[in-house]
Amino acid sequence: MLNRIDKSIPLYFSAAVSVLIFFIFVSLAVGVEKTPDPVNESSAQIQIPPAPPTNVVAQDIPNDKGGAITISWDKSADDGGGAKNVTKYEILKSTQKDAGYKVIGNTTAGATFFSDNTAPNGVPYFYKIRALSPAGSSESLPSAPAFAKRQWFDLSRLSLFILSLIIGFAIFYFIEKAKSDKGLFIRKIAGLEAVDDAVGRATEMGRKIIFVPGIMDMDSMQTIAGITILGRVAKLAAEYEAKLEVPVCTSLVMVTAREVVKEAYLNAGRPDSYNDNMVYYVTNDQFAYAAALDGLFLRERPAAVFLQGQFYAESLLLAETANSVGAIQIAGTAMPTQLPFFVAACDYTLIGEELFAASAYLSKDPKLLGSLKGQDVGKFIFLLVILIGVVLLTLNSVLGLNLPDLKVLFQGI
Amino acid sequence: MSGDIIGIWIGAILTLGIFSFLYKDNPFYKFSEALFVGISAGYWFVVTFWQYFVPKFWDNLSLSFHELVANGRIDYHWIYLVGGFFGVLMLLRLVPKIGWLSRWSLAFIVGTTAGLQFTRYLESNGIRQVVGTIKPLVVGGNLGTSIGNIIIVVGTFTGLIYFFFSKEHKGAFGGAARVGVWFLMINFGAMFGYTVMSRMSLLIGRMDYLFSDWLKLIK
Repeated sequence: MLNRIDKSIPLYFSAAVSVLIFFIFVSLAVGVEKTPDPVNESSAQIQIPPAPPTNVVAQDIPNDKGGAITISWDKSADDGGGAKNVTKYEILKSTQKDAGYKVIGNTTAGATFFSDNTAPNGVPYFYKIRALSPAGSSESLPSAPAFAKRQWFDLSRLSLFILSLIIGFAIFYFIEKAKSDKGLFIRKIAGLEAVDDAVGRATEMGRKIIFVPGIMDMDSMQTIAGITILGRVAKLAAEYEAKLEVPVCTSLVMVTAREVVKEAYLNAGRPDSYNDNMVYYVTNDQFAYAAALDGLFLRERPAAVFLQGQFYAESLLLAETANSVGAIQIAGTAMPTQLPFFVAACDYTLIGEELFAASAYLSKDPKLLGSLKGQDVGKFIFLLVILIGVVLLTLNSVLGLNLPDLKVLFQGI
Repeated sequence: MSGDIIGIWIGAILTLGIFSFLYKDNPFYKFSEALFVGISAGYWFVVTFWQYFVPKFWDNLSLSFHELVANGRIDYHWIYLVGGFFGVLMLLRLVPKIGWLSRWSLAFIVGTTAGLQFTRYLESNGIRQVVGTIKPLVVGGNLGTSIGNIIIVVGTFTGLIYFFFSKEHKGAFGGAARVGVWFLMINFGAMFGYTVMSRMSLLIGRMDYLFSDWLKLIK
């Protein structure tokens, strides 16, 4: 028996070792089935990727110059919390539906759209959205193909176009009317009524008129309006033989002002009284210009100072200094922050649009008068829209109705 | 004495020179003013040259020229020649006989400015104001918002009436225009205080320079 056992030991031993080696091998290769424990079970769950985003839609961005496609999608069901919480989305693009996708950008979690600004016009693209979380990632189904295209018209600004047409038509209509009807009414603007008085005062006192056309260049409408008023002031100065001085702060304004003043002297029949030095360049720098003008005001003690154009922080420095030397001041600007200073320190102030109306008022030119009347038509349209819009919204609010909101007329602007 | 300290001293002395205007016009102010104007005019010439002429004109045309020589292609940068052409016309003012040609450049600038600004002004000064004013006068359960909306609507409406130029301001129309003027003046009052505060910050900046950078009295 012992002998049999002794003989069988190597056999059992080798069988046991073989089984052990087999189990070790199998364990290493595929893992050993163990009794589940809570910790390992939860770590197994984290490895499940988040739900993919759905409903991916790609389309050309409307009313643009092309080259861009917008992509929208519904968020992953796991976007917003939980172990599989989405941390970001990646946007993938390809020219083929089932292959060749490359990441072109990413967004934060919670986002539902992305603009691809690298899409050449006319090339169809497919898009996928990949949701990423610490547990992994998942991709949506591809979108339908979309391609960027250029639009000739920005239809979102259609209301602006229609309004421009109406105002433009009204301006042309009233210009024609003003040519035949010489008595087109323009209400009195006090500041402009005083222009003649200011120039007359300077003539009587034998002192200078200083005209400051703001500190901006010729690409500002206020500068252009100021230069137009300069034309009228220069003509009066020429007629009264008053001394006019126009210090400016940009070269283009200097050239334009010289042309305007020269023409005014010509129209007044006194071309010989004009010389280029009446209009001169000082400097482009805002406060150096203000310092130079302040010194000029104190030394020359002008009888009249015109501040007409676009002004910034130097407005009160100029107005106060001119006021301190006793000059009559007529200011005009459309800068809301500077108007209070001019109102406080000047004798007359053209407020906002009065500056733009000044040229028509002073010249009585039918073209300008008609233009002013046409602009009033535009203001009337605005008043009407405000009135109707406010009434409709108030009725909605008080009576709980569902009347249209007129703001939609201007959507996209 | 380092360059920085010399710069601070020059800046402080010139600042005091400009401030001396508060007393009266004097040689110290005249010197500071002349220096300020002269240096700034020279500075702006250089700025204009390097920020406009070189990048807008010279660099773009160099690109075009290179493209033409290297690839035989005429690219769109040649359009900058149009600007250069108008610039040359401006310089013709130096030649009295043909100086009138500069008016073409001026006409181009004024015309394009007016055209470009038309839609911008219509949009920002017109349509956006209208959209911002269309509000319900009564908002249920919210007295503050209702009062605010009424002020905005009445203020804008009457203010706009004030800027009608082709109708005389009399009767109800004139009354509305007067209300508009009241709104404008109240707005100017508020704006005056607000802007004065921003001017104070400029003064504080200068004082800080004098007392901190120069005199070191403020740490």
